[in-house]
Amino acid sequence: MKNFQLQAKILSQTKIKDNYWYCELSAPKVASNALPGQFINIRVSDNFGPLLRRPISIHGVSGVKIKIFYCVVGKATEILARKKKGEYLDIIGPLGNGFDYRGNIKSKGQTILIAGGMGVAPLVFLAQKMKPSKTLVLIGAKTKKQILCGQEFKELGCAVKFSTDDGSLGFSGRVTDLLKAVLAQGLSSKIFACGPAPMLKAVTRIACENNIDSQLSLEEHMACGIGACLGCVVSTKSGYKRVCKDGPVFSGQELIW
Amino acid sequence: MKPNLSVKIGKLDLKNPVMVASGTFGYAEEFKDFFDLKKLGAIVTKTITIRARHGNLPPRTCETPAGMLNSIGLENPGIDKFIEEKIPFLKKLGIPVIVSIAAEEDPEEFVILVKQLDKISEISAIELNLSCPNLQKNKLISQDAQSTFALVSAVRQLTEKTLITKLSPNVVSISEIALAAQNAGSDAIALINTLTGMSIDVHKRIPKLASWIGGLSGPAIRPVAVKMVWETYNKIKIPIIGMGGIMDIESALEFFIAGSTAISVGTANFINPRISLEIISGLKAYMEDNDIQNLSNITGKLKACKD
Repeated sequence: MKNFQLQAKILSQTKIKDNYWYCELSAPKVASNALPGQFINIRVSDNFGPLLRRPISIHGVSGVKIKIFYCVVGKATEILARKKKGEYLDIIGPLGNGFDYRGNIKSKGQTILIAGGMGVAPLVFLAQKMKPSKTLVLIGAKTKKQILCGQEFKELGCAVKFSTDDGSLGFSGRVTDLLKAVLAQGLSSKIFACGPAPMLKAVTRIACENNIDSQLSLEEHMACGIGACLGCVVSTKSGYKRVCKDGPVFSGQELIW
Repeated sequence: MKPNLSVKIGKLDLKNPVMVASGTFGYAEEFKDFFDLKKLGAIVTKTITIRARHGNLPPRTCETPAGMLNSIGLENPGIDKFIEEKIPFLKKLGIPVIVSIAAEEDPEEFVILVKQLDKISEISAIELNLSCPNLQKNKLISQDAQSTFALVSAVRQLTEKTLITKLSPNVVSISEIALAAQNAGSDAIALINTLTGMSIDVHKRIPKLASWIGGLSGPAIRPVAVKMVWETYNKIKIPIIGMGGIMDIESALEFFIAGSTAISVGTANFINPRISLEIISGLKAYMEDNDIQNLSNITGKLKACKD
């Protein structure tokens, strides 16, 4: 997998709601090589505030365009959100391993995509590669306002279920409890997950108890993003692995939480 | 008149004076997609120890104002695996390969490592990392002039290869340590390694690094590094490889003028993987614009503010 460093032109920059933004970039080399679960590393500033790049997952690809979906959470994303259409972004990508989804088409059971909060971002791209009739998407958040991308999954033809901690939309409780309820019905053969670490930890445990394969996309602070600095490691059964290079997607069987 | 960028570090002939700092460039292969690595003056590998090291607990890095802290803890595959798995790629590049080495417990480990590396013709030079701040040691070798002298003397007898001693800035007088390394037979001095630092998550009231403290790098440390190069240049005769927060051609030039014969790019590799290349062309342009034929006409040519 080859990495590219390039100046990507911003084709659109749209605020969806609150602090949530879509951004489309012209990046032909990244677009033609990107796999769901991979990310780009963005330099938002030429000076030193912030100094390091910020990793953001690829939300979708169409033609020469890549799309990212991000939430303004700090200085770097604030700067990113101020960038206008027509400006250029220094990006490196596509980085990381991506999901291994090839079995989905052939497998008999249904595939579950489970997202917590911003964890929807890489899963929309993954859903594009899935057979919609065999894909169930579970989206969880604290409250209805933070439920994201439901419509995008529906437009792809996937079945979608929601959960909110406060019961304001869909299942009342955690998305991992919704997952348990879904698995109790049988039929499922694979889980792809992205979200906060406690959620991913619970997904791993539930998948293991149900004897189902799981793949989890992790988020970690990174310095280089290309596997050189060894800063973003996680514990696995075969020692520390780099989230940026060996991940961000890991199998549930592999991780040590 | 074409500027001559070549420099000599011990027995090493570098076609240009721009190298990459240990720990910031992996084993070079990580950067192969971004530019033609053959254009670098030299490559310094991530530090190798005798045994494989898992490194420190994560989180291992955090960003700080104009810099970053790291506490990787010398994660590396160990010398045997390094030779088997990493040397073949490095060898193909055909540029000088400088292997950084460190001891985990006993300084004697340096002796074993140097003996083993001495036999490998593809390795051009050895950098003695006497200054890693992330090994939870009370005192580093490079924090004591006598220990530095003893260590460098011991390995000097074992190899004809160029020896570079990398020093810590966390000392009272870096030039005193540099002098000890020179007197023990070191061919060059690399400075500076990271400054120790700490950053706190005020919401959780916990340190941002699992190891609590780490090494600070990036532009935040540059003035400290430039001062230490200048101070050391005035005390020693062997070449200095200057580093610490070099981000662009202007900051690279600061290090040459302060007294560096060569420079290393570190943290900047994370932000712009092609930065070394840009510095090499910037250096060429600066020399052309100022009618400078050789780098020796820049190194240490700092003038007083007023004559």
